[in-house]
Amino acid sequence: MDTNDEAEGRALFSYRTLDIAVALFFLVVCAIVVTDSLRLGIAWKPNEGPQPGLFPFYIVVAMGIASLVNLAQALPHTEDGAKTATTVPGIKRMAAIFVPAVVFVFATNYIGIYVSAAIYIGAFMVFFGKFPLWKAAAVSLGIAIVNFMMFEVWFLVPLPKGPLEAALGY
Amino acid sequence: MIRRGVSKARTIAAALAASACLTAPALAQGWEPTKPVTLIIPAGTGGGADQMARFIQGLVQKHNLMKQPLIVINKSGGAGAEGFLEMKASANDPHKIAITLSNLFTTPLGTGSPFGWKDMKPVAMLALDQFVLWVNTEAPQKTAKDYVEAVKAGADRQFKMGGTGSKQEDQILTAAVEQQTGGKKFTYVPYAGGGQVAVQLVGKHVDSTVNNPIEAVAQWRAGQLRPLCIFDAKRSTYTAKVTEKEAWSDIPTCKESGLPVEYQMLRGIFTTKNATPAQVNFYVDLMKKVMATPEWHEFMEKGAFNQTFMSGPDYEKWVANADTQHADLMKNAGFLATQ
Amino acid sequence: MDELNALFGGFAVALSAYHIMLMVIGITLGVVIGVLPGLGGANGVAILLPLTFSMPPTSAIILLTSIYWGALFGGAITSILFNIPGEPWSVATTFDGHPMAQNGKADEALVGAFTASFVGAIFAVCLITFLAPVVAKFALKFGPAEFFAVQFLTFASFIGMGRGSAFKTVASMCLGFALASVGLDGVTGTLRMTFGQDELLNGFKFLVAVIGLFGVGEILCSMEDGLKFNGATAKLRMDAVIRTWKQLPKMWLTFLRSCIVGCWMGITPGGATPASFMGYGIAKRLSKNGPNFGKGELEGVVAPETAAHAAGTAALLPMLTLGIPGSPTAAVLLGGLLIWGLQPGPLLFVEQPDFVWGLIASMYLGNVVGLVMVLTCVPAFAAILRVPFSIIAPAIVFICAIGAFTVNNAMFDVWMMLIFGVLGYLFNKLRYPLPPLVLALVLGDQAESSFRQAMLVSQGDVSIFWSNWLCGSIMTLGLVMAFWPTLQTLRAKLTSSGPVARAA
Repeated sequence: MDTNDEAEGRALFSYRTLDIAVALFFLVVCAIVVTDSLRLGIAWKPNEGPQPGLFPFYIVVAMGIASLVNLAQALPHTEDGAKTATTVPGIKRMAAIFVPAVVFVFATNYIGIYVSAAIYIGAFMVFFGKFPLWKAAAVSLGIAIVNFMMFEVWFLVPLPKGPLEAALGY
Repeated sequence: MIRRGVSKARTIAAALAASACLTAPALAQGWEPTKPVTLIIPAGTGGGADQMARFIQGLVQKHNLMKQPLIVINKSGGAGAEGFLEMKASANDPHKIAITLSNLFTTPLGTGSPFGWKDMKPVAMLALDQFVLWVNTEAPQKTAKDYVEAVKAGADRQFKMGGTGSKQEDQILTAAVEQQTGGKKFTYVPYAGGGQVAVQLVGKHVDSTVNNPIEAVAQWRAGQLRPLCIFDAKRSTYTAKVTEKEAWSDIPTCKESGLPVEYQMLRGIFTTKNATPAQVNFYVDLMKKVMATPEWHEFMEKGAFNQTFMSGPDYEKWVANADTQHADLMKNAGFLATQ
Repeated sequence: MDELNALFGGFAVALSAYHIMLMVIGITLGVVIGVLPGLGGANGVAILLPLTFSMPPTSAIILLTSIYWGALFGGAITSILFNIPGEPWSVATTFDGHPMAQNGKADEALVGAFTASFVGAIFAVCLITFLAPVVAKFALKFGPAEFFAVQFLTFASFIGMGRGSAFKTVASMCLGFALASVGLDGVTGTLRMTFGQDELLNGFKFLVAVIGLFGVGEILCSMEDGLKFNGATAKLRMDAVIRTWKQLPKMWLTFLRSCIVGCWMGITPGGATPASFMGYGIAKRLSKNGPNFGKGELEGVVAPETAAHAAGTAALLPMLTLGIPGSPTAAVLLGGLLIWGLQPGPLLFVEQPDFVWGLIASMYLGNVVGLVMVLTCVPAFAAILRVPFSIIAPAIVFICAIGAFTVNNAMFDVWMMLIFGVLGYLFNKLRYPLPPLVLALVLGDQAESSFRQAMLVSQGDVSIFWSNWLCGSIMTLGLVMAFWPTLQTLRAKLTSSGPVARAA
């Protein structure tokens, strides 16, 4: 199946690129934590043992060293590193669920999680599942309503709500 | 749509109110919650504040004291800062109330989190929680005086005091006790919760604790822990026997046993800052109804609480006072955030 | 045998149609709670608590503990089907449970998980029945040094398990530790790595990271391969229970090890989550099938589930005898006991024998009822995989978002979940192992505070960890575990006198 995918899609990132990017991400985290650990103090006090910054400091130093090794291993151009990690169609398919998910979370702030989720699920079914509109509407509304009953009515767990729920008295 | 929802809610509400009348007289009120009320606990599950809040929730539902449900949420992040910051952020939402412990005063000083009691509106003081100096029954010290002498005679930091959290009430109280031990310090060991502290004392991993009564009463009754003194001006008023021989009132005050330290902790209710007087009144009445139940009295006695009720300006004055008092204590103990 | 008499008395109390009905209701509710990451056992118990005020305490506690059993059973379902741990203690179940589902053996994984849960629970209940007083005393021996020793052992039994690059494992684990250190430092009361951001006060919660890394990460991986779940097309056969049970007896040693680990962790109280990790780690290390773990081995489902359920059950013991809740759910139960006028603590067994033995009897019955209920539902659970992917994928994102939100009631966590999702995808792709990260995140701050409490007690002297036999032997065992892989390679090198293999 892998070979099919590679044949069908243009290569986007190689493993080398991704490995380098993730190693750099680790180094950034490392730098952030080191800054704050130094503020907190990294000494071993005689009567109290380690200060608050000691553990995080040495932990991320270890992480930094490991990431430098990972980076060093990723840098040289090797046969393994040049292999395709993601293809354009692969990224597109992931974006198909992830970008709407971001929109869904963003919309939750304004219209509440239930309405937002109903739209998200319904739209996804129509565009990617090729479901007819009425089926999509029924399923998505059903999921939203069941969850609404479960969380708001039965278990009294308050989730983000928007104008529609407010109009219904919640 | 809207109208139907409301009228349905009214019918249910009326039914509930009818049953509520049996237990508490319905008072004329200007305001009622229109959606579930959230009770925020700025502490973790299982602690004293958590127990009290869940107990209140139980009573409110058992006796139908409120038409809307009461939801309890723990927001313990950052020594309670998380819960208080949420109260501060929802200044315009009167459907939120918080139960406090001393971290209302100590957390902003100790961590530098930007909030204070003035970011909320005081509703009512429910009770004052006592602190008792406990040792293991197998410890040779029988009185607080013996214990202070032992600490004085021992090496610096030889005696270990267990407590809940760091730079909070237990450690403040420890610092206050240290003023009376001739320069000898305790090694203060912070744990996550009061129940754990009591068990650590039973297991002799620490030498003493300043547990609240309710946190250690079970171990006292089982003969595993011994109370030395209570950090209050007067002895407790509960005279019913708790163990075979002793009642809460048999525990001497620390002052009379030569350890002049007093400290009590607020168990009070606050609502959000912009609540109207009618809204505050609603919660005051609700708390009065809670406190009128027989279960509440039992709970108070079990935990040897000092039953002092306050609301309105009295309460506000008390809180302001406690705030300055804590600022002094924290400063003297060197617990202020370094920023 | 006083205990046996008392227990039969307890059965007489617990075994009534009314109580069985309460168990069925409680377990159904519990399973729902276990399946949804947004609901914890504490929610369910808290909601039902007011309803129970009109019941006698024994009936009430039967209803409430049934929710607890249900939640323990239910946590495994989403872990196996969708790689989303519904509860923290089912994370380790995903390691082999989800690959099994992908291989089309979801039903076997479910049956294995449920049966293992049942065995673990029954073992723990037997322990409570006969050894409660002794065991309660044992728990008192645990001070900060001993707690650290246990946490160290958990790490040690898990370390060096990942295949692939050792440096990637180290980086992944350290990232977990670093994330765990965000928030308030319990020992000194100072804020760490929050940089003045209110959202970070509570730190990175385990559940948010896990939902993102596992749940959302898995969805992204599936989407990249095409619009479907692997294993969705597997045939459903009704003989799953018998098929799976035939395989179980030869795993008796794994069962036994996990039961012991679970009871130990439940009592001390280390909790169900570390127990599940430790159970998995030890099984992988000691079992013949160990090298296949992670690819979809039934034993890899059985080991963590048995341990988690044994721990979850055993955790009720310190609650009843010492008054310390082992979990948030137990904390709410504790509150309930107080309202009924029962004071948990050393005297509960003496003063309220009817209640205590009724409760213990209901633990046996509740688990039997629970097992029957969940096993009959296995085909229904497994059939969820046949729902079209274009419905299930966004629905999972929705459920995950609810789960992340409810951890702290903050939208910030939902955003974090999405970011963790991308990380989870990348880590998967680049073979950074996730289990060390998750373990470090769940145990990191606990281990650090135990260590520092121990240092306070000993005035900064590290030898405290070998100051008594209990602590010393756990630490030594931990060191052996930690260096096990090295010892094995060393032995291999010594026996094969050939040229030394170059380190990869």
